[in-house]
Amino acid sequence: MKGGLLRLRPTHLMVGLAALAGALLLGVMVGPAGLSPGAVLLEIVDALPVLEVDSGLGDRAAVIVSEIRLPRVVLGALVGGTLSMAGAAYQGVFRNPLADPYLLGVAAGAGLGATLAIVGAGSGSSLVPVAAFGGAVLAVAAAYGLGAAAGGRRTGVTLLLAGVAVAAVLTAAQTFVQQQNADSIREVYSWILGRLGTTGWDEVRMLAPYAVVSGAVILLHARLLDVLALGEEEAGALGVDPARVRATVVLAATLATAAAVSVSGLIGFVGIVVPHTVRLMTGPGYRSIIPLSMVGGAAFLVIADVAARTVASPAEVPIGVVTAFVGGPFFVAVLRSSRRVVAL
Amino acid sequence: MARVPALVLTLALTAAACGGESGQSASSAAESGGFPRTVQGVVIPEEPESIVSTSASHTEILYAIGAGSAVKATDTFSDHPAAAKATEKIDAFNVNVEAVATLEPDLVILAFDPGDVTEGLAALGIPTLLFDAPGNIGDAYAQIETVGAATGHEAEAAELVAAMESDIDQILADLPIPTAPWSYFYELDPTGFSVSSETFVGSLLGMLGMSSIADAAGEPFPQLAAEFVIDANPDFVLLADTKCCGASLVTLGDRPGWDALTAVASGSVIELDDDIASRWGPRLVDLIRTVAGEVYGAP
Repeated sequence: MKGGLLRLRPTHLMVGLAALAGALLLGVMVGPAGLSPGAVLLEIVDALPVLEVDSGLGDRAAVIVSEIRLPRVVLGALVGGTLSMAGAAYQGVFRNPLADPYLLGVAAGAGLGATLAIVGAGSGSSLVPVAAFGGAVLAVAAAYGLGAAAGGRRTGVTLLLAGVAVAAVLTAAQTFVQQQNADSIREVYSWILGRLGTTGWDEVRMLAPYAVVSGAVILLHARLLDVLALGEEEAGALGVDPARVRATVVLAATLATAAAVSVSGLIGFVGIVVPHTVRLMTGPGYRSIIPLSMVGGAAFLVIADVAARTVASPAEVPIGVVTAFVGGPFFVAVLRSSRRVVAL
Repeated sequence: MARVPALVLTLALTAAACGGESGQSASSAAESGGFPRTVQGVVIPEEPESIVSTSASHTEILYAIGAGSAVKATDTFSDHPAAAKATEKIDAFNVNVEAVATLEPDLVILAFDPGDVTEGLAALGIPTLLFDAPGNIGDAYAQIETVGAATGHEAEAAELVAAMESDIDQILADLPIPTAPWSYFYELDPTGFSVSSETFVGSLLGMLGMSSIADAAGEPFPQLAAEFVIDANPDFVLLADTKCCGASLVTLGDRPGWDALTAVASGSVIELDDDIASRWGPRLVDLIRTVAGEVYGAP
């Protein structure tokens, strides 16, 4: 096993960064408000320190760019990068290609938390993200606790099964609360289907610290995930404590997922499609899969959001619908065009 | 998380809310006489003495035409008039045929059929009327008359309709309605769901010379992007989410970017009562009066 924190081929990194840059540009230029793309770019240049350019946009148009479109694009990139990084991390930890960021009950816990907050305080309430975050963290804690109680040694499989059980119970509770409060059913569904917030930079500020810290932790553990891929015993022989690596990575991925879910609702498919697409391009090895999943996930979700707000413009389509609708066929195409076997 | 059923239900709710093809024109109303009579193809053997309503609009209509004493159970949204709150309560979205049958009603009124409740009740011999959301005020009047015919209160229903018509005529009488309509954004919830001019409430606002910015979306209840609303800069913002979600001129101004709206800066934000704004009972006159007062000055 060669050393080194990350192992990235320059071409892969360039492709990834180019895709992200293209997605971000498209994201800020396209939208139902029908602003001239060139003027929007000038407006963004103007917003940079030192530079002074007249974009020709009126006050209201300038506000649309700086307070609505820009934060939304940045949030999309952060959420997408976070979710696909977490997906890649879970797949590495559990050595299971079907693992996704919502695996250990995160989605169900967040869903219950958000539903309770929407029912209790209304969907406009700032309690919704806080409650979703709390629910997600509690759900994973419960899965961990149950996994430990049932399995003695926390093997990956016991933890997974505990997560399934916790998710089932919490989803049932969420559905029950939702049905008892039919008047807020639209807000609950709107949240569950996922959407990128329209409340300016607040969500970005909320998610960024978690995304950065978790991202750093997971990147630092990428090499250990490669060691873990050899098998638990072999990893132990190489001086790696599988249980400790697993706990650290799962904790980091969970916190990042919970933070992402709390601001954007349940956006599916990003955490599965992107890491596998990256894997098919680069081959196994988490030192390239994880950083490229971050970049690719960010690009993918920004593009998906462009679709979400233009397909039925000026109406919005829930972004979770777009990611699944576009992601499914796209993923099948990637699988077909690749000769490689999906190996971990 | 079961995404597919969630989506299906959302679509079903939307579809139910969009009904509106006024299939229920003035009903084959009373052969002005006794029962049995046929209303909307449903035979009602005798004057109902035990009515179940799972529609808040129709509950209000029942009480307004003097059939309130026969109302036995209502859904959880039926909170007006106060007497309706005291009735037995059932869940409008999960109407349980067996639970309704146990109440032994002789008339059931639904505004939403989640499955085959109408058929289920009909099979038990319980006369059941299912109403779509009306498309315009004429449909709403027709529904009042239909409820009147079904309950033996057709005279009171006719009086109610006449009173509503004259009230509305009076409100509209001297309004300086401009040739170019006022534009408005109608907020159903803080996530951007809105109504087009083609909806029932849109048609009422149309009577006041107002036109929805949501018409561009080509669907009755679109979820509008915030940037579209701000770019459209409507003359008025109507909030129908003041009770559910605490929306107000103040919370609107706090949303990033929304203070750029002329309507927010000038205070042309009309805070509506969610319930009055979403029902098509006698209180739709109040809705029209409120909006007319805000748009054109005191009535």
